[in-house]
Amino acid sequence: MHNSHRQPFRTAVLVLVWGWLLVLVLAPNLLVVGTSVLTRDPLSFLSLPLTLENYARLIDPLYLEVFLHSLYMAAVTTVCCLVIGYPFAWALSRLSKRQQTLLIFLLIVPFWTNSLVRTYALKLLLATNGLINNGLLAIGLIDEPLTLLYTELAVIIGLVYLLLPFMILPLYSVFEDLRDELLLASHDLGAGRWPTFIHVVVPLTLPGVLAGVLLVLLPAMGLFFVADILGGSRNLLVGNVIKSQFLDARDWPFGAAASVLLTAAMALLLFAHRLSRRRLGEEAEV
Amino acid sequence: MQQTLLSLRNVSKQFDGKTVLDALDLDIRDGEFLTLLGPSGCGKTTLLRLLGGFEHPDSGTLTLSGQDITDLPPEQRPLNTVFQQYALFPHMTVFDNVAYGLKMEKRPRDEIRQRVTEALALVQLEDFAGRKPHQLSGGQQQRVAIARAVVKRPKLLLLDEPLSALDYKLRRTMQIELKRLQRELGITFVFVTHDQEEALSMSDRVVVLKDGRVQHLGTPREIYERPANLFTARFVGETNFFPGRLTEVTDTSITVAIFGLSRTLRRPTFPVTVGQEVHVLLRPEDIRVLEPSDDHGFVGHVIERNYKGSTLDSLIRLENGLEILASEFFDEDDPTFDYRLGEPVRVSWVDGWEWLLPEERDEAEVLNDDINAEAPASDA
Repeated sequence: MHNSHRQPFRTAVLVLVWGWLLVLVLAPNLLVVGTSVLTRDPLSFLSLPLTLENYARLIDPLYLEVFLHSLYMAAVTTVCCLVIGYPFAWALSRLSKRQQTLLIFLLIVPFWTNSLVRTYALKLLLATNGLINNGLLAIGLIDEPLTLLYTELAVIIGLVYLLLPFMILPLYSVFEDLRDELLLASHDLGAGRWPTFIHVVVPLTLPGVLAGVLLVLLPAMGLFFVADILGGSRNLLVGNVIKSQFLDARDWPFGAAASVLLTAAMALLLFAHRLSRRRLGEEAEV
Repeated sequence: MQQTLLSLRNVSKQFDGKTVLDALDLDIRDGEFLTLLGPSGCGKTTLLRLLGGFEHPDSGTLTLSGQDITDLPPEQRPLNTVFQQYALFPHMTVFDNVAYGLKMEKRPRDEIRQRVTEALALVQLEDFAGRKPHQLSGGQQQRVAIARAVVKRPKLLLLDEPLSALDYKLRRTMQIELKRLQRELGITFVFVTHDQEEALSMSDRVVVLKDGRVQHLGTPREIYERPANLFTARFVGETNFFPGRLTEVTDTSITVAIFGLSRTLRRPTFPVTVGQEVHVLLRPEDIRVLEPSDDHGFVGHVIERNYKGSTLDSLIRLENGLEILASEFFDEDDPTFDYRLGEPVRVSWVDGWEWLLPEERDEAEVLNDDINAEAPASDA
């Protein structure tokens, strides 16, 4: 009944949302997919014929190595984020509402600064005569500066630093939904802390874990500027490969193919996430 | 049957400086259906959580069959809880929910299967073993929660307002169901409710709680017919209070002046002296409504009448403004029996149907009186 009143507004919103999705999400992705099956052309970047050769080149040992190393760094980053984020989110959800609001605010504050700027700041901290080394030297813990910058560790530190909030927020949301009564019921039925954690807490927070992994693992493989600034030439991410194909090698089809691979991996994880949600039934659906 | 299963001695609990349970003593008998009844905030849920091990008392002890369980965590207590919101594990099937407690005991698979099937049969949910909780109705979830708790064969089953989320009809059915289960299993039930009707109809004994103290502990009949104090009388059922003053006391009787009329009543168990203020309590069904021409009773007129099917409830305003609720059964000889609004009547009662309570001065004193008055009754 009141639907008819809101019809113009409703239509406007729908057009806006669908327009946004079509123009800024669907179209660019289709362009990338299209590009990935074209042939490289030195003059106009792209030309026919259609080919799958770009995908074939992805399994070249050189790129495969970059991909695997990139996956390794992203995986370590994800595990670190999970190990820090899981207890953090749990503790956060048990605090008073006031404290929760404050901590979530603090978690979001860094987003107000461009992540590139923050990565440069991290570089200053990790440099040979940066704050960390100077500090450790000053208190006598080390005799000569540690090599922190331009290492795998530096890249992982950078990635964890930038991506941790993306792990904490989805975890926080599932812990918020985890009712105290369920834990009490588990204890009541004879389960101690550890069995309760394994049989109740973990399965019920799994969707949050997967959402967090989704939001950390794939972006971690794509954040090329972190590898550029902190990792030197040896610690490349898939993002670096894509970037250099587009900007340096001017091989758009190959760069596009690498992008599609990354997107496909994302789609796969999203699918897994959906499955885990469905397993919990409608009740757990957010 | 009369053996004590669990006793609480001097149990106190405070939250943020507010006393929720105040030096509480309580003996729960083996095999009984005990109901904790009281308004919200009276401490009944806290008491249940203390029994379950989810809260630790600030002082006092809990003894279960001679064993001190005060410091025992919930997972080590041989008792189980049916939670208010059921607290079924949403990621497990009905079968796995019920099997959970047995799996934690590391029982053999065959035994688990058999006992879970039995428990589900007990609550008539054999065919729902493979469902997830969200695929069940509220009443079915309730049954799963009960099956999950009784499958462990606890000595004591704690039920935290388990029926409050169900609609009236279903609640009735589940009340009967719970009584049946309790009889069949022979498990002691401690049941929390704020619904006095539920408490009276289901329990062997009722504990009336207010401000963390036991106001009255007794059988439903004792609670209803001989309430230990004004709170219990007001909280359980409808009551008419007539203020009276003692004019004469003998060994067996007292004479009370009520609104200028004098009535000689049985002497109550509490100490009485001439000049003392007392309350004469009468349940609506004990009130007799008489013709205005009758020579005794209080003069008044009908200000409201409610047809209740089996009874006719009328509100009668006496000359001095006091309003009296009367509930009369329909007489077979006079099926059209009714009152007009404003109809003049007289109100009285049959001698011996009244219940007397002293005027309450101070909470603490009253409680002492209650405990003294209560002691012989609980041995009965």
